[in-house]
Order: sequence, then structure tokens, then C-alpha cells
Amino acid sequence: MSLHSTPSVHGASGDARGDAHGHGSRRGYRIGVALSIGLTVVPFWLVMSQALSDARVTAAIIFALALIQIVVHVVSFLHLDTRSEGGWTLLAFLFTAVIVVLTIGGSIWVMYHLNVNMMPTPDAAAAPMH
Amino acid sequence: MTDRTWDAGEPEIAWHETGAEGHEHGGGATVLGFWIYLMSDALIFASLFAMYGVVSTGYAGGPGPRQLFDLPLVALNTALLLVSSITFGQAIPHMEAGRVGPTQAWLAVTGLLGAAFVGVELYEFSHLIAEGAGPQRSAFLSAFFTLVGTHGAHVTVGLIWIATMLVQLSQHGLSGEMRRRIICLSMFWHFLDIIWIGVFTFVYLHGVIR
Repeated sequence: MSLHSTPSVHGASGDARGDAHGHGSRRGYRIGVALSIGLTVVPFWLVMSQALSDARVTAAIIFALALIQIVVHVVSFLHLDTRSEGGWTLLAFLFTAVIVVLTIGGSIWVMYHLNVNMMPTPDAAAAPMH
Repeated sequence: MTDRTWDAGEPEIAWHETGAEGHEHGGGATVLGFWIYLMSDALIFASLFAMYGVVSTGYAGGPGPRQLFDLPLVALNTALLLVSSITFGQAIPHMEAGRVGPTQAWLAVTGLLGAAFVGVELYEFSHLIAEGAGPQRSAFLSAFFTLVGTHGAHVTVGLIWIATMLVQLSQHGLSGEMRRRIICLSMFWHFLDIIWIGVFTFVYLHGVIR
């Protein structure tokens, strides 16, 4: 890489390191780009073409693809791995993932059962009074 | 090409060396701190997603996702944001090699794609409001505008940040501090693309097939 970009001593070491993990991360980045395009096109195609007759199956597939795409983006675009920052970024990410799952999953689960058990009439699901 | 202004660069490099022990990207503790910020921002979006999930069938007799959402428009927006994430990735090797011009060019392309994304979203919002499907129409629409609008506000902040970087790059070149700022900006931009995966899946695609 270019030497003229290194303003001080630490810059030189930075460049050497950049080369060391540069190639691997460039390749990982390209794989990530290809995967993320595929993982975006497939769910849109599934929904817009109505390829599957069962909407529940389609929903399960698009949620699974979204989870995979999030992991792909975090690994290849945000460069999350076990080593960066001594593992602290991974720890913070896992903690956040647990809280996110609890917040979204828990809220929807609890409120769904609240609606099912508390609504007075069967047709309330069509127009719940939120 | 790299016109470094040493008077501006020197104190920053001194700062940088104290904080740069054994760290990648040359950001010192900043990158970890920014990562923690992104995680806390993810929690904000988690609560908005949870709220949307809870009230997403609260139409109050108003229109639902099937009548409102225009999937080709959403696909266009998704493509714009995904490609902008990829073009930002193109700027990083140029930044690491110290090439100011190409770094600015890719950042500018990213900014234009991001601006197009915000433009399409504003068009969608104005269209919905004109149809009488504004945020006050139903709980579903309140949650929709809050969630998608918060994401759009983040992208708008990202656009202001990109514009600031473009100006500062021409003033300071790729000093250590500028590299740190651009690395943080790239994390922010990729993070917004990740949030959008949740939005297009959970709100738009699932809304239409539900």
C-alpha cells in the first residue's frame, strides 16, 4: 500500500496490519455483497410473485432470510468477529441481541395473548381497540 | 493529491497514539464507544419494532398494509439503501490507501443514493397523508410513521455527516482523525441498512401477506 499516506510511526504499523487483514476482509466483503443482494431479492420475489400459496410458510421464510441477512451484514460489513476490541464488540452485540429478542418477541407474545383473552367478541380481531 | 495540513493534524496524532494501543482501524477507544452507541440505538429500534408489532393490526376501521403499501416502491428504496452501503464499502480501501479524491467520490455517490432513499420515503409519506392515511388515522399508521420515520431521520443525519466529511476531507485530507470519523460513519451507515432489513421484512413484506 502507499507509503505517502503514513504520517507517523504508528501509521506504518497500521498499514502493515491493514495489509494483513486487508485481503481476507476484502474477500469476505465481496461474499457479503453477493449474499446480501440474494437475500434481499428472494424475499421480495417470494412476496411479489406469490410463489407460495401458504402465507404462513412465506412469512416464516422471509423472517428466516432476514435473520440470515442481518448476520451476514454484521459479519461482513460491520466486521464483527471474536477478536476485535478483545471480544467486547461481540459481547455487546450478543447482549443487545438478547434484549432485542426479549423486547420484540416478549411484547408481541404478551399483547397477542392479552388481545385473545380479553377481547369480548370473536370479531374483535378484525378491529381491535388499541 | 494528499494535501495534509500538519498544523491541524499534529495534536490529533498525539491523541491518537495514546489511544491506539493494539487497536484496529486506528480509532482507539472511539470505535468501541461508537459500537456501544449503535447497540443502544438498536434498542431504540427494538422498542419501536415491538410497538409496531403490537398495534400492527389496529386499523381502527382504516386502511391496512395491503391497500397502502406499494411494494415496487419499497423494492426501489431497499435497492437504493443496499447499493449505498456497497458504495460506502468501496470508499474504505481508498481511505486506507490515503487517496482523498476517490474516497470523496465514493462518499458522494453514497450520499446521492442516500438522498434518493430519503426522497422516495418522503414521497411515500406525502402520498399516504394525501390519501388520508396519516399518522393520526390509526394505531397501525402511528406506529408505522414512527418506526419508518425514525429510520429516515437517522438516514438524514447520516447525509449531513457525509456532507460534513466531504467538506472536511478537502480541508484536512486523510488525517488520523478524519479516518476515525469516516470509519464511525461507515459503521453508522451499515447499521442503518441492517435496521432497514427489519423494516422491509417485518413492516412491508409481512404486512402485505398477513
